[in-house]
Amino acid sequence: MRNRYSFGGDEHLFVECDESMSLEAFFKSLSMTKAVKERGIKGVTEICPANASFQIKFDPDIVKPDDILREVKAIEEQAERSEPVIRTRIIEIPVYYQDPWTHETLMRFRERHQDPKATDLEYAARINSFATVDEFIAAHSGAPWFVSMVGFVAGLPFMYQMVDRPRQLQVPKYLRPRTDTPRLTVGYGGCFSCIYSVRGAGGYQMFGITPMPIYDPEQKVSYLRDFMVLFRPGDIVKFKSIGREEYDQAVADVAAGRFAPATSDVTFDLTEFQKDIDGYNASLEGRIHGR
Amino acid sequence: MAVKVIKPGLATSVQDLGRPGYFHLGIPIGGAMDRLALRAANLLVGNDEGAAALEAVFVGPELEFTADTVIAVTGADMPLKIDGEEQPGWTTLAVKRGQVLSFGFLKSGARIYIAFAGGVDVPVALGSRSTYVIGALGGFNGRPLAAGDELPIGNGGPARVGRSVPQALRRTPGRPAELRVLPGLYWHRIREESQASFFDDGWKVAPEADRMGYRFRGGRPLSFVEREQPFGAGSDPSNIVDSCYPYGSIQVPGGTEPIILHRDAVSGGGYFMIGTVISADMDLIGQMQPNTPTGFVKVTMDEALKARADRARLLDDVRSAVD
Repeated sequence: MRNRYSFGGDEHLFVECDESMSLEAFFKSLSMTKAVKERGIKGVTEICPANASFQIKFDPDIVKPDDILREVKAIEEQAERSEPVIRTRIIEIPVYYQDPWTHETLMRFRERHQDPKATDLEYAARINSFATVDEFIAAHSGAPWFVSMVGFVAGLPFMYQMVDRPRQLQVPKYLRPRTDTPRLTVGYGGCFSCIYSVRGAGGYQMFGITPMPIYDPEQKVSYLRDFMVLFRPGDIVKFKSIGREEYDQAVADVAAGRFAPATSDVTFDLTEFQKDIDGYNASLEGRIHGR
Repeated sequence: MAVKVIKPGLATSVQDLGRPGYFHLGIPIGGAMDRLALRAANLLVGNDEGAAALEAVFVGPELEFTADTVIAVTGADMPLKIDGEEQPGWTTLAVKRGQVLSFGFLKSGARIYIAFAGGVDVPVALGSRSTYVIGALGGFNGRPLAAGDELPIGNGGPARVGRSVPQALRRTPGRPAELRVLPGLYWHRIREESQASFFDDGWKVAPEADRMGYRFRGGRPLSFVEREQPFGAGSDPSNIVDSCYPYGSIQVPGGTEPIILHRDAVSGGGYFMIGTVISADMDLIGQMQPNTPTGFVKVTMDEALKARADRARLLDDVRSAVD
């Protein structure tokens, strides 16, 4: 898997690690962007990892395009020799699946959906060959997810599930995008889950809602006081299915400044992960509550 | 010192030179669409070039001053009036307490910049006063101006009234507008005949043109090199595994209508891009109205860098002219 390099005008270097999505391609994007950051190349103004690619914005008055290309290519060679290990954190995100708010919204936009007679979850379960919606939810909230990209709009995480390719859930986006999506909707498009950080247009299928704000420009939410965006590329997310009571309690706790997301620092080793995916995921999840 | 908003105009917002450094979290650089016009307006009133000013699109606001001050309006050709009396654009103007600034109908261009001595003094958010409306961040309460707002203005230094930027140094898009493009990114995804038609065809700015991006219509649809879609990319041939989007990058969903991302760009998504408008021409897009006939011109990296140097010289000339 060799990178493809291309310039985005005179201010961006665009690097595609792979055409296809995979944990390996994401991992290469993440580790290379970390290495570029550590290198501290003069003239670099933005370093943006994405799912299977990344982008560097630079000031060509300070660093020539050819020079930055040479530096990043050298980092690729170095990255191929280094251990695929990162220090990151795992965060538990409670999700109220099949909630009334996304349900109300999805009913309003049925004519834009592949299957107007079913809900988004019923459709997703059926095309992924699950007998019931509950089994599909168990798969979605079972194995953890890598935040493979933060963006589109402020603070919105794209997440790729940490399972092998045959177990990847795949659901197409809506036929035509909706003009409305509730804030904090847990969505799905292609092979990615997302959480809508703000209310707005969207094309991802809607599965549920989290009570936890993930973007707060006013920085009033207790755990977003230091920085307004919760997620970083490379975070590991574990969804936890909750019901209405737990959801209402969490909303009240957030409002009262009592809510703290369950989080733990972890080391992730891609080689060890690939040897025993389920076992490795189980040990990662165990770390959330300090077990 | 403050400015009272009598009429807000259309999507009038506080903008400066933007907030680099947060695109990896989906927060775009933002700031003035036409950077050169913003810098010129600030220079005329004795501010730092990157001070916060107002950007208004198509329709100007109506503003009342609560103290004597100095202002300048640059950018689009839109008649400006103080207490109903027409005044020159691109010129340092003195205004008195209680006077009202208003605007006539837009003649050409799209966006005006109104700078006040001392700059618009809203709180700094992530290093900038620019308004990012989608994220409710920065500017005046994270939103465009509304009637009744009172906009705080900082303390200005002395500025010589009557200075102006000569006509020759005011950069405007021609007709047809020409935007220079460096092909790249997923350029290889379209067939050779489409690589040619994109540059040969005439395009027009579509009504969907705002701070996030400009859409174009009128050229022939692009045809794709056949392939089996990669895992995770989605089924349409214009889909890719969601990637970052460069500022100025040109995505063509479905191969039909090109969209150029601008200062409030979405930071990424799942549509392939055929190249990027060069940095020297980004300001021009900010002055294009819907229906502006537009041609895309293919350039090399060397040509892009030369255009960038030309633009830097133009800015130096503006600096000398108002010094």
